[in-house]
Amino acid sequence: MANELSTLLRTLRQAAYLLVGLPDYDAYVAHMRRAHPQRPVMSRAEFFRNRQAARYGGGNGRCC
Amino acid sequence: MTSLVQHVFWLLLALLGAFALGSVALAQGETVNALWIVIAAVSIYLVAYRYYALFIAARAMQLNPLRPTPAVRRNDGLDYVPTNRYVLFGHHFAAIAGAGPLVGPVLAAQMGYLPGMLWIIVGVVLAGAVQDFMVLFVSTRRDGRSLGELVREEMGYWPGVIALFGAFLIMVIILAVLALIVVKALAESPWGTFTVVATIPIAIAMGLWMRFVQPGRIGLVSVAGFVLLLLAIVFGEDVAASPRWGPLFTLDGVQLTWLLVGYGFVASVLPVWLLLAPRDYLSTFLKIGAIVALALGILILAPDLRMPALTRFTDGSGPVWAGALFPFLFITIACGAVSGFHALISSGTTPKLLDNEKNMPLIGYGGMLMESFVAIMALVAACIIDPGVYFAMNSPAALIGTTAESAAAAVSQWGFVVTPELLTQTAKEVGEATIISRAGGAPTLAVGMAHIFSALSGGGTAMMAFWYHFAILFEALFILTAVDAGTRAGRFMLQDLLGTFVPALKHTGSWTANVLATALCVGAWGYFLYQGVVDPLGGINTFWPLFGISNQMLAAVALMLATVVLFKLKRERYAWVTLLPTAWLLVCTLTAGWQKLFHADPRVGFLTHAAKFQAAIERNEVLAPAKSIAEMRRIVFNDYVDAVLTALFIAVVVSMLVFSVRACLRALRHDRPTARETPFEPADRISTGSVGRGV
Repeated sequence: MANELSTLLRTLRQAAYLLVGLPDYDAYVAHMRRAHPQRPVMSRAEFFRNRQAARYGGGNGRCC
Repeated sequence: MTSLVQHVFWLLLALLGAFALGSVALAQGETVNALWIVIAAVSIYLVAYRYYALFIAARAMQLNPLRPTPAVRRNDGLDYVPTNRYVLFGHHFAAIAGAGPLVGPVLAAQMGYLPGMLWIIVGVVLAGAVQDFMVLFVSTRRDGRSLGELVREEMGYWPGVIALFGAFLIMVIILAVLALIVVKALAESPWGTFTVVATIPIAIAMGLWMRFVQPGRIGLVSVAGFVLLLLAIVFGEDVAASPRWGPLFTLDGVQLTWLLVGYGFVASVLPVWLLLAPRDYLSTFLKIGAIVALALGILILAPDLRMPALTRFTDGSGPVWAGALFPFLFITIACGAVSGFHALISSGTTPKLLDNEKNMPLIGYGGMLMESFVAIMALVAACIIDPGVYFAMNSPAALIGTTAESAAAAVSQWGFVVTPELLTQTAKEVGEATIISRAGGAPTLAVGMAHIFSALSGGGTAMMAFWYHFAILFEALFILTAVDAGTRAGRFMLQDLLGTFVPALKHTGSWTANVLATALCVGAWGYFLYQGVVDPLGGINTFWPLFGISNQMLAAVALMLATVVLFKLKRERYAWVTLLPTAWLLVCTLTAGWQKLFHADPRVGFLTHAAKFQAAIERNEVLAPAKSIAEMRRIVFNDYVDAVLTALFIAVVVSMLVFSVRACLRALRHDRPTARETPFEPADRISTGSVGRGV
């Protein structure tokens, strides 16, 4: 029960973050550990800045 | 057996939808409860999703759950991330739903609730959701490429350039119209202006906090920002009433225009983390929250509709916007029924986050159904307020004058009986000096939302003013975010386009190129904004149809791309799925475009209007609303600019049609598929690390 609740909370937090275009940091770290163990991993702050710049930096428009 | 039982369930749901639709459409003279509209819409959405979306998925697209998506193949934890489908649904919905679905239906309500409701429901099922879904499909099968790249790849270089050019023009018109809505809502409204101005320091404080104090944590700081926003609304009343501060925030349309243009330029060259990103967070959370609250409010309150099913304005004589039901209703309601702009989102971030092809119907088709539901709610909110108040709020001063007495007299004469007292009392309740001639949708929607929220919160009319300004703030906030993000996006598009001819301008690292492109972009939408603000008919009258035409034309272009892809996949027997909405959109937009150019009624046709004023200039006669010959000349010039713009839209869409037909014919001559999908790669062949893009 407590486990399910924490999964639910986690999903809700992911959803809230992705609403504003921020992907999940933990998923990024897990991916880097698994796929590129030799490469450096960005800190949470670096990751945040990187994603913010990516969301607004390119030509991505917003809808009307 | 179980499958039969399942079909029976869907049949019952379809019958419920049909019954609800029947009760709404056939109610003669009786008041209709808004819940019938909601029930009709939701049951039809569900049935359409269960049968039509899944039919398209299985037959036209032949989705394959075993085919790895770009998110799986190129997973990098950054741009390409396989994402839970419900989380992705939220992301996609937040990206597609903006001011469009809230404004169009409010304006369309001048013809009664029935035409708008039918078009929103039928349009989304057969056109809008199909478009979003097909573009998502095409993009996902091609590594999540953008619309421009997709057109270039599947149809050729020049069609790609033309599509990009069309998208830029559309962006300019959208930004001008959105900014115009803000100006219309904030003009002479110190309370509204103060709260919107207050969002700037609040957002900057949030931005600094997230940058330097707690990077990467957005929860708490967004809550704090939200509380500050509420405080700004509460104190806004005192600021507006203060003899010292009130006049400072009481601005007319032209002043607001210059402020917005300056703001647009400065905001779009500031670093994103300082203002754009934090305000985006605030506006997104507020938007989702307000939409959920509105849905709950309508469900709990179950208000009666006070607008008739059909008004006498279906003949095209309406005061809010000019033009007959066909084609202009289908232009006025774009977002919510079908919106070309979504093609840019469905080929943007969403395909890079999709974890499995089997979730594509939920995201692509379902996301658009959800936006359509928002449009239905906006229509309901506009139709539960007194029709007399609605018309007084949305008719231009040229028709109803500027006082409560003249407005009430004019509107009552149209058959919507209203007293001057009701108009002044409504203005007082929402804390404004006047509500007359506030076209643009936002104030009307805000009055509707204030009715619902204040009835729910039990504050009676005491809370009306708070909720009214809450609703205005909620719309202004995400419109400003769209203006800011759109100016940046427009700048990149422009640099890309100009780079085709002058390569030096393509360098997004060059400060001169950036400032030049930004200034051009702001100048372009600023020009149309200014023109709209000084337009005696209120601007919305002229520009909303232009926005609708351009948006629907982009939808037609996206659907033509989807048709070409179906032909190239040798699945032309299912091409009717996209051909049907393409044909309808072409008929509507080309007719509307033609009428905007050549219609004999000067209220509709730009050239007729120009000719009328030109003839008066030659007689040396000043026609109202112009006050001098110089103003007359400006009106004529503006008419020609609008006419050229309309002609450009028509040229873009006709040339895309020619290119599409050619591409389809070419595909027919081949005996095997020629579409350029990324080849199928079984999941077990993907070593998750091989295509990582590094950091």
